[in-house]
Amino acid sequence: MATTEEGKTVFDVEAANVLSKELRDVFASGKTRSYEWRISQLKSIVKMCDEHEEDIADALRQDLSKPQLESIVYELTMVKNSCTLAIKELKHWMMPEKAKTSLTTFPSSAEIMSEPLGAVLIISAWNYPFLLSLDPLVAAIAAGNAMVLKPSELAPASSSLLAKLLPKYLDCCSIKVVEGAVSETCALLEQKWDKIFYTGNGRVGRIVMAAAAKYLTPVVLELGGKSPVVVDSDIDIQVATRRIIVGKWGCNNGQACISPDYIITTKDCAEKLVDSLKKELEAFYGKNPLESKDLSRIVNSDHYARLTNLLDEDKVSGKIVYGGERNEANLRIAPTILLGVPQNSLIMKEEIFGPLLPILTVSKIEDSFDIINSGTKPLAAYLFTNNKKLKQQFLMSVSAGGVVINDTALHLTVHSLPFGGVGESGMGSYHGKFSFDAFTHKKAVVYRSFVGDASVRYPPYTRGKLRLMRALITGNVWTILRALLGWS
Amino acid sequence: MMEEKKKTFDASEAALLVKELNESFRTGKTKSYEWRVSQLKSIEKMVVEREKDICEALYKDLSKPEFEAFVSEIAMVKSSCKEALKELKHWMKPEKAKTSMETYPSSAEIVSEPLGAVLVISTWNYPFSLSVKPVIGAITAGNATVLKPSEIAPATSSLLSKLFEEYLDRSAVRVVEGDVPETTALLEQKWDKIFYTGSPRVGRIIMTAAAKHLTPVVLELGGKCPAVIDSDVDLQVTARRIIAGKWQANNGQACISVDYIITTKDFAPKLIDALRKGIEECFGTDPMESKDISRIVSSNHFSRLQSLMDEYKVYNKIVVGGQRNQKELKIAPTIFLDVPGDSQLMQEEIFGPLLPIITVENVKDSIDLINSKPKPLAAYLFTNNDKLKNYFVQSVSSGGMAINDTVLHVTVSSLPFGGVGESGMGSYHGKFSFDAFSHKKAVLYRSFSGDSSVRYPPYTPEKQKLIKAVMNGGIFNIILALMGWSRD
Repeated sequence: MATTEEGKTVFDVEAANVLSKELRDVFASGKTRSYEWRISQLKSIVKMCDEHEEDIADALRQDLSKPQLESIVYELTMVKNSCTLAIKELKHWMMPEKAKTSLTTFPSSAEIMSEPLGAVLIISAWNYPFLLSLDPLVAAIAAGNAMVLKPSELAPASSSLLAKLLPKYLDCCSIKVVEGAVSETCALLEQKWDKIFYTGNGRVGRIVMAAAAKYLTPVVLELGGKSPVVVDSDIDIQVATRRIIVGKWGCNNGQACISPDYIITTKDCAEKLVDSLKKELEAFYGKNPLESKDLSRIVNSDHYARLTNLLDEDKVSGKIVYGGERNEANLRIAPTILLGVPQNSLIMKEEIFGPLLPILTVSKIEDSFDIINSGTKPLAAYLFTNNKKLKQQFLMSVSAGGVVINDTALHLTVHSLPFGGVGESGMGSYHGKFSFDAFTHKKAVVYRSFVGDASVRYPPYTRGKLRLMRALITGNVWTILRALLGWS
Repeated sequence: MMEEKKKTFDASEAALLVKELNESFRTGKTKSYEWRVSQLKSIEKMVVEREKDICEALYKDLSKPEFEAFVSEIAMVKSSCKEALKELKHWMKPEKAKTSMETYPSSAEIVSEPLGAVLVISTWNYPFSLSVKPVIGAITAGNATVLKPSEIAPATSSLLSKLFEEYLDRSAVRVVEGDVPETTALLEQKWDKIFYTGSPRVGRIIMTAAAKHLTPVVLELGGKCPAVIDSDVDLQVTARRIIAGKWQANNGQACISVDYIITTKDFAPKLIDALRKGIEECFGTDPMESKDISRIVSSNHFSRLQSLMDEYKVYNKIVVGGQRNQKELKIAPTIFLDVPGDSQLMQEEIFGPLLPIITVENVKDSIDLINSKPKPLAAYLFTNNDKLKNYFVQSVSSGGMAINDTVLHVTVSSLPFGGVGESGMGSYHGKFSFDAFSHKKAVLYRSFSGDSSVRYPPYTPEKQKLIKAVMNGGIFNIILALMGWSRD
């Protein structure tokens, strides 16, 4: 480990190398594979969340001005639920899965064994700094790995708290935290890992995958995209509006990978929708949303500048129909709705990740599918409709990581659903058993005995043997009998 | 007749091809059950009608015996088709997923959807089945597909190009023949998945290229597949099965061939005798004259294997075989005893008819030796000792395993076939093939009824308590919270 001028140790490539070797050694000792170890770690995470609920909510307030309810519900309770589920199901998940064998390998039995991968690297993000650090951690632990977590430096209070709490509650030989920014992350990426789990954006996702390629390390990349919401006409507009609001501004003020990014609706519905949004937004956040305690702030000045840039572009600055207020000192932007922005505007080209909501209009609601498909595959896509045919068409035509009909963001909480992207929005998935599987190798095992060894398998190859082999492989009893008779 | 100048397949050609396939995919044609079935049936027809041509090409490329060609190539493809045709309706059906209190009322499912346009890069040792099997997976899952067969098996590559043209829908399934420049041109394009079978060296190149477009990959690679032989075994059956997994598997040129053996010092002489006897029974007194064994694929590989044999550290360790014929590209089944660990023979994947036997004091020591090397694609153990079986299965990580046999696990379609670590990522065969080329899209359905305002701002401590209680799922907590809330 190198030392800076001030005597502070720097986490460089050498340090990363030592760390990865340490984790590999711990894994080789077999400690992390035991059921007892995994359960003990999972229970400790629950304990940690319970005992430090206030500290965690505090750190999130510092990093994001995240409202207490969002912190408790969307970060802590989600993590605890993941732990509880894993604790409940782990014995079952760890059991080998019997597999069917056929005539060609008779007599034999087969199973699929789940084994841990080894030493894994988890790189987290800043918007849900606890959830997106601990959830993958729970997954890696449940699967029996050793790991290192690299929390995001853009949420420094959370990163620092994680670095303090994890060694206190968890097995610090097998579960490590490395704080830092680009250079620390690069140092880690230069090592050989048995899996890398990254949550973040596509640009860095490419870097992570290219680094992983050097060692043939498999990756899970949880990325993002422009998650569209298609709003049909014959719906309960109040419920739809509230659900859009809570999925957008109620999720870290739009700074969430599955936040509704933009809306598409028909020209006729647009006005009603805008009116309903205005009404409900005021009901939720009051007349001065910049003052509301129920909204996260923008994470930092870089993102604030990025978002105001989107708003101030010539093409769109005149399209604001609600909101637009901002406070740079407090890093606050009010919930803002834009109507009829051009598709080639910046706000429609990149993932917004903030409190701005453009609404596009089309003549026919089905036209929305082409708009969505002209972009890259998003992490989530939403449709509000009562029309069964439209639902089916949407499901057939729109590819996204996940889809919700008549709500937003909620699929995140369903443990029986895989959570992950496709195309630009990512690869791999987790949550529930998918978490366990993400950090597991499924090893195929066939058991045979020494009896039942047919010489038909071995050279010298004769016409008769070939005939019998053909018959055996077709599995047709008559063909087998005929061949056996012919052969003998 | 003017000599036609062959068009070079460069990056612009490749780009055009991807565009064409994407357009074809967008029409929805490949998604339909009917299209998939028609293509699978055509592949079946192709294999039945052209079996002779296929065996001839395999003979030209590898001197592959007809028996092997049938069992390991033709039959494998036939059974993949058959299974896919039988199961497709079932595989294509959405899978219901359980929902819980948190999202009540709701229903959920996982929908399998095709990825788009995929690239399959095949290899030379099983040039027919390792090309067609992944293509079957891609078609079954509803994708448009490009196959790039290996130029090192030119007769099969050329035949595949001809047969696909004749039997399959060329608007969605294509073959691109060629070498490094053609493969590079293809790799520069954006694919929705890349499926590669081959070496770890090229696997890294593929994954790096895929990273540029965030394309997920399946890499079926290789490694040094060990066979551990205990002393309490049926020696004759063991020897035959080792022979089947080495010299009957394309003369050792197979990713799951037994690469090297580990046994005890005491048992080694008995094993060598049994192998010597078995080799003579299978291939005659002069195996160089046997028609039942493949030749070495090319002079490059012949030279490579020759230099492995001639290294000063090992050349005097030969106990069986050692004959070679450069003109005919033949090397006899050759066994080495106790070559040093730092010899080339023990450092790289052999992929040929050379079989080193390493001896240890205690059969259990073999596991440390195996674990000191990169994780192989397969690992084998011959024993009647249940304790050793368990220990082996628990301690050795490999793609797949067989106890008391070799290579057979590849025929069990209920088992995932793939590697781990250096031996690869992802898997296929049976339903795993369908899954490998599918995106599992999570879908959550909600209705407009049952909308609880507890979810919406303004946030209050009571709402927080209630949501927490609902998420914790405890009915008692929910009632308490409800009562607490309504007391307000």
